[in-house]
Amino acid sequence: MTADMLSQDLSLLIPELVLAGGAMALLMLGVFLKGEKTSVLIQWLTIGLLVAAGLAALFLVSGEGTAFNGSFIFDSLARFSKTAIALVAAIAMLLAMPYLKAENLGKIEYPVLVALAVTGMVMMVSANDLIAMYMGIELQSLALYVLAAFNRDSLRASEAGLKYFVLGALSSGLLLYGASLVYGFAGSTGFADIALAVESGSNVGLTVGLVFVICGLAFKVSAAPFHMWTPDVYEGAPTPVTAFFATAPKFAAIVLLARVLMEPFGSVVDQWRDVIWMIAVLSMGVGAFGALTQQNIKRLMAYSSIGNMGYALVAVAAASQTGLWALLVFMSLYMVGVIGSFAGILSMRTREGMVEQVSDLAGLAQRNPGLGWSMTALMFSIGGLPFMVGFFGKFFVVYAAVQADLMILAVLAVLFSVVGAAYYLRIVKVIWFDSSDIEFVPAAVSTYWVARIAGLATILLLPALGWLVFRAYSVGLSL
Amino acid sequence: MDVGLGHYLAVAGVLFTIGVFGIFVNRKNVIILLMSVELILLSVNINLVAFSAHLGDLAGQVFALFVLTVAAAEAAVGLAILVVYFRNRGDISVEGVNLMKG
Repeated sequence: MTADMLSQDLSLLIPELVLAGGAMALLMLGVFLKGEKTSVLIQWLTIGLLVAAGLAALFLVSGEGTAFNGSFIFDSLARFSKTAIALVAAIAMLLAMPYLKAENLGKIEYPVLVALAVTGMVMMVSANDLIAMYMGIELQSLALYVLAAFNRDSLRASEAGLKYFVLGALSSGLLLYGASLVYGFAGSTGFADIALAVESGSNVGLTVGLVFVICGLAFKVSAAPFHMWTPDVYEGAPTPVTAFFATAPKFAAIVLLARVLMEPFGSVVDQWRDVIWMIAVLSMGVGAFGALTQQNIKRLMAYSSIGNMGYALVAVAAASQTGLWALLVFMSLYMVGVIGSFAGILSMRTREGMVEQVSDLAGLAQRNPGLGWSMTALMFSIGGLPFMVGFFGKFFVVYAAVQADLMILAVLAVLFSVVGAAYYLRIVKVIWFDSSDIEFVPAAVSTYWVARIAGLATILLLPALGWLVFRAYSVGLSL
Repeated sequence: MDVGLGHYLAVAGVLFTIGVFGIFVNRKNVIILLMSVELILLSVNINLVAFSAHLGDLAGQVFALFVLTVAAAEAAVGLAILVVYFRNRGDISVEGVNLMKG
């Protein structure tokens, strides 16, 4: 490989290089700098690093193409996903700062682990080879296991970390076993070569391998029936970590799943569509019915995330250009809703500490009208009530399913969305019509504004939706 | 008897199954869960190397090296989390991991 080719390859990896190099530099900085303010400095630098990586993916990478012998791909899908992932991770980091300070968790490792996890995610969405896919997933997962157990003096957090680790490692194992079968029966690890092998005649080995890969990735997106870890991990992990878990890793994993299914296995849609169909329906059902009885709002958000991943999988099952942009629009709007809701949950702090029961929100509209309105708007948006932006996310997903002739799936999606609306409305009812004497202490400035801006965004984003649809529409895979 | 690709795949399949069952059936000790995870990853390595030799393609062996490295990192992270859990809980039985229902 000549130096010329190397620099050409590396120019496609600018976001990854920024993140990986930056994370290591920050780790060094954290080790060598002493003093009270070090961790706050590193937290701010990490936010800067994440924003820089997001902007680098959006503006700095000029060309599109593959690098390193086709194992890494930078296309419009990767560009969109990397920008979204890096920016939402930056907001999640911003939300974490006041929490870490209040809970005495302000260690320098937290921001570094977030940066490393995001490095893994941006690699996942660019993977064009089984090895690159696996390395991206593991880089992401190993950092996330540690983050889940970050509050190491808490039994709940360490139990959450342990559960997440064991089930995450199992899912990596399933994925890897599938990858080894795909490699063996296709004769190559590159997605392009696998696509050729699949087109020239699929066989049992490839199908079994694909099913294992789907199982492994379904774990990562917490789709039913592989969702068991989600409620426990969401409940046990520190709240800002949960906010992070619910957004960026989900986006990365669902984009990777879409890429694996549509690129190497795009020619055998009929083989995997039924599997995705089942997983999507189960996820929507578990999400809708599981959330109904939850009292802990973090557990409730976990079921909400399982259900919403079901909608994302509906878009994947459509297996079309429309499905792909519906997926991206839906996930982007969902992430806005979730990050805003978690800003609201992080504001639920009384003098004694954090509270996280749904009933603690009682009377929020009277006590704290700004937050009450924001949470109402966010719940309406995630629940998909017309005409918040979240409604259009679900609308496009259902539209994609209808266009792909998946009528039953589209009808089920609408029905489950009605059931799901019940528990979002329950929260709104608690906020407006119940009363309690719980008094929240004023939230940190950043948390305050993220909750309100996200709340406003559920309506104000409507005009921007046109632009987002346009951006997502220009995303192309060679289908 | 000739030992062919099928034999290696069978061994790997058996190891993989033992690993998965180790995770779901084991009720005693979390360390055994970690061992089961290692078993799964090693069965994958057997698969990869067998395919690599069969196809005459080096990518499988490169993949196996990556898997070995990641397995080491994963064991380190897993044991660290287990130590943290043990400090809080004072025991590492699988049945004890039930503070949160699920």
